[in-house]
Amino acid sequence: MSVAFHIVVCGSLVPDPLQTLTPVMGADGPALKNELMLPAVLDPFAAHALYEAANLVKKTPGSKIWLVSLGNKAKLQQMMMTVAQKVEFELVALDGSASGFTDSFETAAALAGAIGAIPGLECERLLLFGGCASASRDAGTTLQMVGERLGLADQFLAVDELEVQEDGSLKIWERIEGGSYQVSVCAGAPAVLGWATGNLPEPPNNPQIGMKNMRTVMPALQRAAKVPLAAGAAFAAVELPAQQRQTRIVKDMPVDEIAQEIVDWLKK
Amino acid sequence: METLLVLAHVQDDGALSAADLETLGAAVGLAGALGAPLTVGLMGKAVQAAADSIATCGAQAFLAVEGEDFATARYATDVAAVEALARKSGATLVLAPATSRFARALPGVAVRLDGRIETHVCALTPAEGTLKIQRWYYRQRMQATLDRAQRPWLLTLDRGVFAPWSGSPGTAAVEKVEVAPPACRTQVVGYETPDADAQTIRPDAKLLFVAGAGWTRKQADGQTHVPEAEKLIRDFLDLTRASLGSSKSLVDQSSESGAVISFLSHFNQVGQTGATPRHPKGLATCCHGEEPHTVGWRFIGERRAINLDANCGWAIGKADVLYVADAFQVMARVNELLK
Repeated sequence: MSVAFHIVVCGSLVPDPLQTLTPVMGADGPALKNELMLPAVLDPFAAHALYEAANLVKKTPGSKIWLVSLGNKAKLQQMMMTVAQKVEFELVALDGSASGFTDSFETAAALAGAIGAIPGLECERLLLFGGCASASRDAGTTLQMVGERLGLADQFLAVDELEVQEDGSLKIWERIEGGSYQVSVCAGAPAVLGWATGNLPEPPNNPQIGMKNMRTVMPALQRAAKVPLAAGAAFAAVELPAQQRQTRIVKDMPVDEIAQEIVDWLKK
Repeated sequence: METLLVLAHVQDDGALSAADLETLGAAVGLAGALGAPLTVGLMGKAVQAAADSIATCGAQAFLAVEGEDFATARYATDVAAVEALARKSGATLVLAPATSRFARALPGVAVRLDGRIETHVCALTPAEGTLKIQRWYYRQRMQATLDRAQRPWLLTLDRGVFAPWSGSPGTAAVEKVEVAPPACRTQVVGYETPDADAQTIRPDAKLLFVAGAGWTRKQADGQTHVPEAEKLIRDFLDLTRASLGSSKSLVDQSSESGAVISFLSHFNQVGQTGATPRHPKGLATCCHGEEPHTVGWRFIGERRAINLDANCGWAIGKADVLYVADAFQVMARVNELLK
């Protein structure tokens, strides 16, 4: 039985992981210093979700991907220059803060509203994808709240593998404690899958996909609705951890002595 | 005045997990500090034995959603159970361990209760009759202290932070909360767990051994020595029962068809896009990188590193000791000494 899915991937931008991040307190709550100047990338776990969606589309003809992204419009446009070359999708953009300090409850409400308004999206075919947690808020809560608002009662978190079975049911491997997987079978779409890393490499850039995507990306960015988001919480402080270690650098010590020192330390 | 509900899911053997007991310990302390009543909410196939094991914790009430339908971890049934427990208790603060099961379900409960949720909480500070919490943002790169006016406020507590509750068992008067099982389209069909000997992720281990990409790079003789690296790491893990972590670059090689350490998976990945486990000691080998990568051992107590770069950003200011040496030679000798 062949099933065509309508796959909605929620994913936004986060600062490039290699950037130095410094918190600052503003009138509206905490933020990152020079946040709008920091290079941004598609959130890593959400990126895995997008690649898994593309892989699923290849296996299930007739399926389609929407990427729903909430972030600063100008920064989203920059991010699309790379992301749009990897996977074919239709962008649904929301113009608002992608800061980790915004409230996931409000973010979820905005995303659910945008998804519910996608023309032609069929709920009975819907697979709602996203990362299991963002690299910004890192709460792992938004996707489930979006699903709950959309009335999706089959939800899976930290997914590494999805297999569409002959009868159209979904076999899903979720990470649980201690390096194990919980394996579930869901009758089929609709369902929510918060992806961990999955097992796929990052797709190479494909300029043809980029050209095709950009025809819809720019109009989507132009019509992106403003979404005001508040912190929700009252932040008393946001601080970088203190650099506490006085590293003792051991050079020119014979291997035998290093090994003995490590063994003694392990046995302490 | 706050009212507390602490949640736990009963394991297959009828007991509570270490994470449950840690959360209970935190909740008991918080209830005492706030002068707030505490309710325990249990869910599972049969909860009486678990309730009895914590009967003397000082909770004013024990509520339970019980039955076969609530034995396995599944969003639809878990959300229904927690929602019922929260409504029945009238709690303003709901505490739960940050297990995979609660991580999946509690955000949905927050929507149903029009509450708010914070996860990965690592400190609870009672202040003037209310609560401030601490949690990390941007993948353990900055820590925030915050509170909220909105109630109910659901909190999941990170493992390894709070002292577990301990006390004598007794007989708990458990009040059953009836929940009609929702129609389920999902069935849990099994679990996949590596054999005990093959399992390299050991959350309760005293040591985290972190293997970096340097293990698969060309060595002084111009050749790679991946099988030798595999054996050295495997032997060390067997001898010490350490947990194995890995850098992203090394894990990624497996999906990019590079030379790989065969027993590494994304489960082992620590750092910006991986786990940040808590262990008393950590030994990093052949790891290189700057701040974003080193968050993988943010919560490691004593840290030592072995690599060839005396200025390595992974170690300077972050490790207690950096041995500038060939990890192949050092670990071979370490293994000999440990045998």
